[in-house]
Amino acid sequence: MTTLLYLAAGVLFILGLRGLGSPRTARRGNLLAAIGMLLAIVVTVAAIIDEPEIVWGTIIAGSIVGGGIGAYLALRVQMTAMPQLVAAFNGFGGGASALVASAEVVATDGVFSTETSVTVALSIAIGVVTFSGSFVAYAKLQGLITGRPVGLPGGPWFNAVLAGIAVGVGIWAVSSGDPVAYWVLAGVTFLLGITAVIAIGGADMPVVISLLNSLSGVAAAMAGFVITNQALIIGGALVGAAGLILTIQMSQAMNRSIANVLFAGFGTEGGPAMDAGDKPVNRASPDDVAISLAYAQTVMVVPGYGLAVAQAQHAVRDLANALEARGITVEYAIHPVAGRMPGHMNVLLAEADVPYDLLLDLDHSNPKLPNTDVVLVVGANDVVNPSARDDASSPIYGMPILEVDTARTTVVVKRSLSPGFAGIDNPLFYKESTMMLFSDAKAGLEAVLAALEEL
Amino acid sequence: MSEEFIQGIVVFVLAAFVGFEVISKVPATLHTPLMSGANAISGITIVGALFAAGLGEGTVAAILGFLAVTFATINVIGGFLVTDRMLEMFKRKPAKRE
Repeated sequence: MTTLLYLAAGVLFILGLRGLGSPRTARRGNLLAAIGMLLAIVVTVAAIIDEPEIVWGTIIAGSIVGGGIGAYLALRVQMTAMPQLVAAFNGFGGGASALVASAEVVATDGVFSTETSVTVALSIAIGVVTFSGSFVAYAKLQGLITGRPVGLPGGPWFNAVLAGIAVGVGIWAVSSGDPVAYWVLAGVTFLLGITAVIAIGGADMPVVISLLNSLSGVAAAMAGFVITNQALIIGGALVGAAGLILTIQMSQAMNRSIANVLFAGFGTEGGPAMDAGDKPVNRASPDDVAISLAYAQTVMVVPGYGLAVAQAQHAVRDLANALEARGITVEYAIHPVAGRMPGHMNVLLAEADVPYDLLLDLDHSNPKLPNTDVVLVVGANDVVNPSARDDASSPIYGMPILEVDTARTTVVVKRSLSPGFAGIDNPLFYKESTMMLFSDAKAGLEAVLAALEEL
Repeated sequence: MSEEFIQGIVVFVLAAFVGFEVISKVPATLHTPLMSGANAISGITIVGALFAAGLGEGTVAAILGFLAVTFATINVIGGFLVTDRMLEMFKRKPAKRE
């Protein structure tokens, strides 16, 4: 009976994920998954409630502390800080799975069948990498440590060697059954999570967070093998698959392999030398921008990470409202890796009440751009860099971009001419049809709106 | 390999394929809520944490169990709540404006 109820929880997870696939059903989907989780918890409590030596203290204390922290974070977080919060939650999930397997090592003193010991080692290794890796990602996104890739001694080989050592220690643990080996494994993989993520730059975070999401699921599934529980195996496998799909989609959106994102230390060399100072740019004032917007019929907004940093989502919406009041069509072109996590821009614009059917993806926006009067690029850089299309020597060559240079006029709102994360100069900024509004995204858009209302 | 373990592999493989099928067509707009909702589901490890915390013996087991329950609860409660918060913003949008 218990097993069947766990299966029911697994079915609710599947229905929940399916619901999350469409805007209309997404909220109900999330609720279904939460009901599945509640069911699994109730079934578990019912299964252990009659055990004579059950310890309630740790369960209750852990639930109160964890529930309080989780609820506080979830209800207080700013939408712009969502990437780091999801990273942190991934880390807690992975850490919990590693702890479940570790508790099993303590309970049995490391005596497992061979196949179980493999899953114990995998839960610990994957769970701990997810834990430490997620918190480095959190620190990068929160600005606690530099968002740029940090070079390691030996470059990509450093992590390859460390991963090799982890595999060796894992084999030691499985073959010897010595609890010490499992703790050494936890230590090595803790270090590996840190060094692997610290070497990756901020703009690659959509791939990293998706991958950590996937790994937190795989760790849960492995813990399911350890304690022989189908609910963990089903839930973990679903999340592993979901995260992997996103990881692949994000990598494709940058035209890079997952391995390249993880190991290439992209951007550490600084890219080609910048000679921005010498080239003329078309410097525009808020009035200039307001005038070109006022005479446009179609406007396409292209948001990037700078929008999130400046919290400019409401300013974008206010400007769009003013333009729409003048009969101008405003749509939004969203690059898959704009921002720091999959769908980051969509969440921010949803917060500002932008209808989701105005948000166009790469395939739908590029055909529209040549017929767009004004493209308003807000805090985006690499995802609109024509070098990715034109310059075979560019490090980002081949990455699909939003081809904003095909529009009649492009307005770039940007604080300075500084390169994007990849350290690559952007020829878009020097085009004759490009107007550069040097400003913080929020202040700049508000100034444009004020100028527009004067017209 | 034990029968139970093989059954576990069967379930794992099938669930992974179901996951691929169900999620591969999710629109970009929902990528963040999808990830955060999936993340909450990975908190299913709370089941293992409850066993570990409730039935563990000794100080080390108690500490590991306590931490496991705490981490998993953060993941579950925080994950579902924040996903709901995001989806509420998506939900109130009418499809067309005048």
